[in-house]
Amino acid sequence: MALLELRAITKDFPGVRALDGVSFDLEPGEVHALCGENGAGKSTLIKILCGVYPAGSFGGEIRLRGESVHFRNLRAAEERGIALIAQELALVPGLSVAENLLLGREPHCFGLVRWSEVRAAARRALERVGLEIPVETPVRELGIGQQQLVEIAKALEKNAGILVLDEPTAALPEADARRLLGLLADLRRRGVAAIYVSHRLEEVFAIADRITVLRDGRSVGTAGRAETTPDRVVAQMVGRELGQALPRGERRTGEILLRVEGWSVADPQNPGRRVLDGVSLELRAGEVLGIAGLMGAGRTALLASLFGAARSRVEGRIEMAGTGRGPFRNPAEAIAAGLALVGEDRKRYGIVPYGSVLDNMTLSTLRSFRRGGLLDDRSRRAAVRGQAEALRIKAPGLDAPAAQLSGGNQQKVLLGRWLLRRPRVLLLDEPTRGIDVGAKREIHELIGRLAGEGLGVLVVSSELPELLGLSDRVLVLSQGRPAAAFEGDAATPERVMAAATRA
Amino acid sequence: MDRKRFRLDWRALTMIGALLVIWVVFTIATDGTFLRPRNLSLLARQMSVTSILAVGMVLVIVAGQIDLSVGALSGLCGALATLACVRLEWPLALAFLAALAVGAALGAMQGSLIAWLRIPPFIVTLGGMLLFQGALLGVTRGVSISPPRSFLSVGQSYLPKPAGWIAAGLVGAAMALAALRAEDRRLRFAGYGALAAGVVAVMSAYQGVPVPVLLMLAFAAVLSTLAHQTPFGRHLYAIGGNREAAFYSGIAIERHLVGVFTLMGLLAGAAGVVLTARVGSATPNAGQLMELDAIAAAVIGGTSLLGGQGTVWGALLGALVMASLDNGMSLLNTESFWQLILKGAILIAAVAVDMAGRRGR
Repeated sequence: MALLELRAITKDFPGVRALDGVSFDLEPGEVHALCGENGAGKSTLIKILCGVYPAGSFGGEIRLRGESVHFRNLRAAEERGIALIAQELALVPGLSVAENLLLGREPHCFGLVRWSEVRAAARRALERVGLEIPVETPVRELGIGQQQLVEIAKALEKNAGILVLDEPTAALPEADARRLLGLLADLRRRGVAAIYVSHRLEEVFAIADRITVLRDGRSVGTAGRAETTPDRVVAQMVGRELGQALPRGERRTGEILLRVEGWSVADPQNPGRRVLDGVSLELRAGEVLGIAGLMGAGRTALLASLFGAARSRVEGRIEMAGTGRGPFRNPAEAIAAGLALVGEDRKRYGIVPYGSVLDNMTLSTLRSFRRGGLLDDRSRRAAVRGQAEALRIKAPGLDAPAAQLSGGNQQKVLLGRWLLRRPRVLLLDEPTRGIDVGAKREIHELIGRLAGEGLGVLVVSSELPELLGLSDRVLVLSQGRPAAAFEGDAATPERVMAAATRA
Repeated sequence: MDRKRFRLDWRALTMIGALLVIWVVFTIATDGTFLRPRNLSLLARQMSVTSILAVGMVLVIVAGQIDLSVGALSGLCGALATLACVRLEWPLALAFLAALAVGAALGAMQGSLIAWLRIPPFIVTLGGMLLFQGALLGVTRGVSISPPRSFLSVGQSYLPKPAGWIAAGLVGAAMALAALRAEDRRLRFAGYGALAAGVVAVMSAYQGVPVPVLLMLAFAAVLSTLAHQTPFGRHLYAIGGNREAAFYSGIAIERHLVGVFTLMGLLAGAAGVVLTARVGSATPNAGQLMELDAIAAAVIGGTSLLGGQGTVWGALLGALVMASLDNGMSLLNTESFWQLILKGAILIAAVAVDMAGRRGR
């Protein structure tokens, strides 16, 4: 009998079906890997399993040791021995390792914490994961790898029999990643089962007993490690119809607008590590260059750092229209040089929610609408109205707060903000994430039109068909390093995905 | 969309409604004394100093900041202007300018600490409040100092009645011009013009428009224009509404923060001069707790402490609500502790009503 069984799990989000009848099972003492492209439904599946999405919010059934279970929250799942090791670690940085390990379950007596017991229990827990550090160490002084081991120790301390690891090695240096895999193999021998979610096929094939591939919310197959190959897994991950061909007019590329050499960005959380390492690229007028890669490959870091918005140390050389220099120190410098960035998180980095459409769209060009020190309302409205019509923005009015617009229209407002500025190079990070199909198509057309007008466009998208359809060339990043580059039709989904999953 | 517009209107309407209720209650309770021109003139003078601070505080809060030092800074600037006149025998205009300059400079210093060293504004201005209170105690040596008679005119004299009507006429002309240039909602400009005429009419029924009230309205007009009609003002709303978005749009956030604190300091200097002139002396504890009145006025007037939302005229309305409570209860000889208790309750109630309105959307 399977230790854990997920039967025909279906989960809907507004407008999308994230999971469609996925079944998955876990044998005792097994490591079962879950693979798939960004957005294939892996995270949704494990959130359902661990009670993050409570019972009733999805369709299907979860059976634990043959018995049907209904988790109301994460804690309920933990009580039944299922522990989630999330990408975002859930440790309190200011507290000691010991306190973190027993947080919420501190042994106490008459309301006072019994510290000697806390420390003894913490020491036993660390021993189990082979971490030799004093239990009084504050968590913030640990490296990411050690923090991960503390998380696992915490899960084991709660008698977890099933570990669910979501991209555990995404932020880890090589040596820590190997150590983690060693620990998992060791735990397996002691009967702990694990679900291992990862993009890195090398690791998957090193640790997993079985591999299940998800694609577009469906399971496309489960196979034992010996019965499949990395190539076959890649084919399963991408193997979908390319849908509608994206519009790509005949374009003639011009002079080089942007040249980047030896570009490296330090990891803000982990200064020893680099999220980008030695990337070089060239972008010509009238060209769309796609940046492909999996989650954590450094795509967003690349665009943000080019735009002068990185939060950590950036090295390298950037050359725009003939003048070379070091990295921009802030977005204002980058904008002055002719760059524009539409970021991946529109709500966080783009929209001022209570601001009007008018204010949002002119946010980076306000000074150009001054007349005698005051804003010239008439010319500002005229400019915004013109841009809104060109972009077909649907809004109740120019004075409506941007928060009232749909995602697609908000995205168009942000594009309009930059087009008013007439940039030479447009950096687009997930330009169609979370917007409806119609607006998506309009944005695709717009990108093609802008390139046709001589702009250089650097685009990041997790949707491979979109990326390949939009781009003249594709640069593939893998763990911060350039893994491959493809021109035109040479960029096939299989090749790009194979390069992206190669360590 | 329609619902949101309704909500915004509903918010302003509840404010005006609450003000009307307060006025009706006091008018009945005082047998009409409350609404006499003489009392309304006093009411306007009573709200003037807090209002001058509140119109600046709106922009500080809109930018997502706070300034706790403005009360103490006002007291300090008023005392320095008085000393400049009395001890150094500076001409009045120079002494006033010095008060504004000191206020602006100290505001700029606090702003720099907040913007460049990234010390939270709460801490910087709390420290500033203590520093300025200490400095005030030091320069006055703990005794009240009387400024020359001419100094008092800023707080106690009235604009000649014809001059008041000329001012109202100018406002009316400006509104007509604005209405011609505007593309929609022209009617509101007519409303503003009528309001200006109404204020002058009421004030003229007593002794004319008081100078501190004129100053208050002038500052409010300038600050409102700054907030809505200049890139600087719109950038402040963007910084408070979504700092990341402002940064990614290339706005120099630090410079704007220094700017808004400098402006606040300048207004504190002006408020200090008016305060000293109204009270008739520079006292060692002048301005104490006025920062809280200014913040309360802004918040009652619809400014969100989270930043990004608020209007200058709303803050003026908030100051009017608070001054009405003070004034009415004084007329009724209510003990002063009740005034504090009621003001506190009104502040919390105003925000509670706003939050309930937001949730009920």
